[in-house]
Amino acid sequence: MTNKILVILEQRDNNIKKVSYEVSKAGFELSQKLNCAIEAVIVGGEINDLSKIGNYGIKKITHLKNSELNKYSSSAYTKTIVEFLNEIGANIILIGNTSLGKDLAPRIAAKLDAGIAVDVIKIETSENNIIATRPIYAGKALVDIKINSEKKVFTIRPNVFNPGEPTENNSEIIVKEISSPDFSTKVIEVKKAEGKLDVAEASLIVSGGRGMKEAANFKLVEDLAEVLGAAVGASRAVVDAGWRPHAEQVGQTGKTVSPNLYIALGISGAIQHLAGMRSSKCIVAINKDADAPIFQIADYGIAGDVFEVVPALIAELKK
Amino acid sequence: MKIAVCVSHVPDTAAKIKIGSDAKSIDPTDVTYILNPYDEFAIEEALKTKEKFGGEVVIISLGNESNKESVRKALAMGADNGILLKDSGIRDSISLSKALAEEIKLQNADLVFMGKQAVDYDNSITGQLTAEFLGFNCVSVVIKFDIDGNKITAEREIEGGKEIVETSIPAIITCQKGLNEPRYASLKGIMAAKKKVIEEKNASVFENKSEVIQMSKPVGKQAGKIIGKDSSAVPELVRLLKEEAKVI
Ligand SMILES: Cc1cc2nc3c(=O)[nH]c(=O)nc-3n(C[C@H](O)[C@H](O)[C@H](O)COP(=O)(O)OP(=O)(O)OC[C@H]3O[C@@H](n4cnc5c(N)ncnc54)[C@H](O)[C@@H]3O)c2cc1C
Repeated sequence: MTNKILVILEQRDNNIKKVSYEVSKAGFELSQKLNCAIEAVIVGGEINDLSKIGNYGIKKITHLKNSELNKYSSSAYTKTIVEFLNEIGANIILIGNTSLGKDLAPRIAAKLDAGIAVDVIKIETSENNIIATRPIYAGKALVDIKINSEKKVFTIRPNVFNPGEPTENNSEIIVKEISSPDFSTKVIEVKKAEGKLDVAEASLIVSGGRGMKEAANFKLVEDLAEVLGAAVGASRAVVDAGWRPHAEQVGQTGKTVSPNLYIALGISGAIQHLAGMRSSKCIVAINKDADAPIFQIADYGIAGDVFEVVPALIAELKK
Repeated sequence: MKIAVCVSHVPDTAAKIKIGSDAKSIDPTDVTYILNPYDEFAIEEALKTKEKFGGEVVIISLGNESNKESVRKALAMGADNGILLKDSGIRDSISLSKALAEEIKLQNADLVFMGKQAVDYDNSITGQLTAEFLGFNCVSVVIKFDIDGNKITAEREIEGGKEIVETSIPAIITCQKGLNEPRYASLKGIMAAKKKVIEEKNASVFENKSEVIQMSKPVGKQAGKIIGKDSSAVPELVRLLKEEAKVI
């Protein structure tokens, strides 16, 4: 079978998600290694920056439109995408490992009876096949996976593949109206957390733990996050104490993050917390206990009191 | 209503993971196995749903003898019946989901709860796959669940917010922390669970679509340096972040 890659792009509120650029780049590099064709598809929205995707090497992008598809529907998106990929004869499918990607990819795989590898952090080729690497046991081990079925589905971990510099921009954009989607499952409303940057998507994160002592002191965490333009994260201890919402929890039973910078304030670095943030590119720990396990994986540490160090850090960054 | 809960039996989240001699799986020596933490939310939601609408809760687990411990824990929490789908081979999510789908069909379940992911392979796709193989609806990563007749309203967690989803039974719901507070097994529950028979069957075999070719340990991050003990280290920290790490 000749290979053909389909990259599924994601839009939210008519904007292409950052992870879609990363997936495009990963897909483009894979297409070069396999010497095969690549296309992209996007469902729903009124997107005006679609041509930007072409900047990453993908020459053909199809926009499947229907105003009812602006919000995610697992049943409608699955049907629409499976029909499209059968039509173009793609056998390798890549999508971001986001809340949408994680929900959609397995459905597509089941419909195609295809093997699937999720949360992929590396893609290599070997004898015209693909070897995908992904973390398991909360990042305590890695596996290399080979999919043996003809059709293969991969979800790509955000913030891992660097989209780098765009290469060219002469892509063809095709718009198609879609009729009769299957709405047996439908999102009727999206509730956004007020104006906050989500930890799962942020490239800079400032997280606070029990060392912050009480909910009110998170003002300090928020202030540092604000000067950096970072998202606020939390350890489970503070979420369980009700100081912060669960949406901010980083770790095994919270979110997995891989930002460029992760600052841990008063967090001990329990194994379940490390599980969620160990793949951060640069880790800074501020903890008054110099033996805290967080220092084992931190790139830079200050073994001091957060209430003394953080205000100084905020002042220094404001300079 | 017939409610099924699929549970997995996984290494404790605090377990140290060592790679086995085959370099394809972990070395199970000294590893304690537990009921998958997310499955506790699934069991709790199933029990709550039964308490409201009546019916029966059946626990299904695919694996070996030791999986019975997790099934028994679910029975002690209050589930009615347990099934062990005995299996000795290696499965990928596709063949696992097909085997679960087959049993769910046999059980005539119209509502299924699962954890949003198992904390061993961290796949978070079993619920969605099983639903597709059954032709059921599915809502994943659910933090609020309501059912009224056939109609389901659920909230699922997404980046920066939540989605309110409507669907209907038959359906699979995958459960996220926040959905409920799992109950503890009462002494009475534990005693009752000991007497319950866990039905054993051989799991149906399906073709794997993927294989692990190698398992490895991530390259350990070198512990960095502690650059100071108080705010006098702050200017150096900021310099390092700007010039060495280039992250701000
Ligand atoms: C099944 C399971 C799943 C879990 N999932 C998660 C998860 O997803 N995420 C998660 O985070 N945890 C998780 N945990 C919990 C985890 O084991 C730890 O209990 C938790 O991470 C501890 O949070 P903490 O570091 O904020 O608190 P602590 O462990 O109490 O640490 C507080 C730290 O603050 C420091 N400190 C105190 N005062 C100051 C000060 N003035 N200045 C500087 N430092 C100070 C202390 O030295 C200490 O190191 C899970 C546990 C289990 C069993």
